[in-house]
Amino acid sequence: MKAKFLVPLLLFFGLAGFLAFGLTLNPREVPSPLIDKPAPNFRLARLDQPDKTFALEEMRGQVWLLNVWASWCVACRQEHPLLVRMAEQKLVPVVGLNYKEVRGDGAISVRGMALEAETAMAVERGQRWLKDHGDPYLLSVMDIDGRIGIDFGVYGVPETFLIDREGRIRYKHIGPITPESLQTQILPKVEELRRAG
Amino acid sequence: MPADPKLLLAVRHGLAAGALALLLAAPLQAAGPASVPDGLPAATDAGVAPALAADPKLEADMMELSHKLRCLVCQNQSIAESNAPLAVDLRNQVREQLAAGKDKDDVIDYLVERYGDFVLYEPPFKAATLLLWLGPLALLLGGAGWLGWRLRRRSVEVATEQALSATDRERARTLLAGGGDAAPDTASPEFRK
Repeated sequence: MKAKFLVPLLLFFGLAGFLAFGLTLNPREVPSPLIDKPAPNFRLARLDQPDKTFALEEMRGQVWLLNVWASWCVACRQEHPLLVRMAEQKLVPVVGLNYKEVRGDGAISVRGMALEAETAMAVERGQRWLKDHGDPYLLSVMDIDGRIGIDFGVYGVPETFLIDREGRIRYKHIGPITPESLQTQILPKVEELRRAG
Repeated sequence: MPADPKLLLAVRHGLAAGALALLLAAPLQAAGPASVPDGLPAATDAGVAPALAADPKLEADMMELSHKLRCLVCQNQSIAESNAPLAVDLRNQVREQLAAGKDKDDVIDYLVERYGDFVLYEPPFKAATLLLWLGPLALLLGGAGWLGWRLRRRSVEVATEQALSATDRERARTLLAGGGDAAPDTASPEFRK
C-alpha cells in the first residue's frame, strides 16, 4: 500500500529529471553529422592572392582548424583577438573560410551585381578587415556564394572545424571560440590527434 | 451525497488517468508534420523572392520540399517560410538540384548529410527515434489498460464490501433487538479500520 503512493512521486521525479536535463541543452547547437567524416573538398580563390587558389587537400598531413568568418559578422570580431593570440603562440594552423563576405552583409544588395564585381569587393573588404584586426590565418579563402559553407553544414558564423591529418572533420565548434572552449575542448583534441599520428 | 462516493472516486481516478494519457500523447501531435501547411497559398511563403525557375512545376516541387525542411537559423520555420539568408541559399540549392534532375529523396539526403536529421521537420523513424514515435501510443495503451484493470478491481471490491456490510447489518439488527454481541467478528471491516 505504501509503495503505491510513491508511484506518482517517482513519475514526477522522472519527468522532472528529463526536463532538467533538457534545460542544460542548447537548441542552437545542432550536432553536425559530418564529425569523423572526410571534410568536403574545395578549391577556392585566396583572399590574399585572388588569382591563386587553395584546396583543402593541401593541408593533408597536418592537424588544423578551418575557421568560418566574415567582416560583417559581429561574433567573429569577438573571437578574433583569441585567434590572433593563438597565431602568435603558434598553437595550431588556422585556415580562414571567408563566408559570403559581400552578399552575407545585410547592408549590401548584390542584386544585379556581377560576380567579378562582388569578388573584387569581397577581396577589398576582407583584406581591409584583416589589416585592421590582425591576420591570424595561414591564409583565407573566399566562399563568395556560401556553397562551401553549405557543404560544411554551416548555419551561422563563426564556426570552427578541427580537421585531422587525413582530412577528416573531428570536431565542430559553433559560435565564437572562447578561452575556455579553447583550453578544455579544442587544444586537448588537437594534442590527441597529433599524438595519434 | 447522492452518488456512491466509491463510484465517484473511481470516476475521478479514471478521469485523471485519461487526462494524463492525453497530456502525454499531445507531443506526438506537436512533433508530427501537422505544422506543415501544404495547401497554403504561396503568398504566405517567404519565397516572395522572384520565382527563378521558369518552370512552374519545378517551382512547386521546390516549395513542397522546402516546407519539409527546417531552417537552422529560425528553427521554428521551414526554409520555405523563413527569410533568413541561409534559408534563401538552401531554397536555391533545392531548386538547382531539382533542375539538375535529382529526385526529391536525393535532395533531402543531400541536406541531411550536411545538416543532420534536424533539418527534417518530420523526424525519421529509426532506432533512436523509436521512443519518440511509439512512446505516446505505448503510454496511451498502458494508461487505458491500467484504467481498465483499476475499474474492474474496484467493482469487485465494492461488491465484496457490500456483502460484508450485509452481515454487519444483520449484527446491528441483533444488537438493536436487544441481543448481546456475543461474538464480535474481528475480521469485519469495522475492526480493520
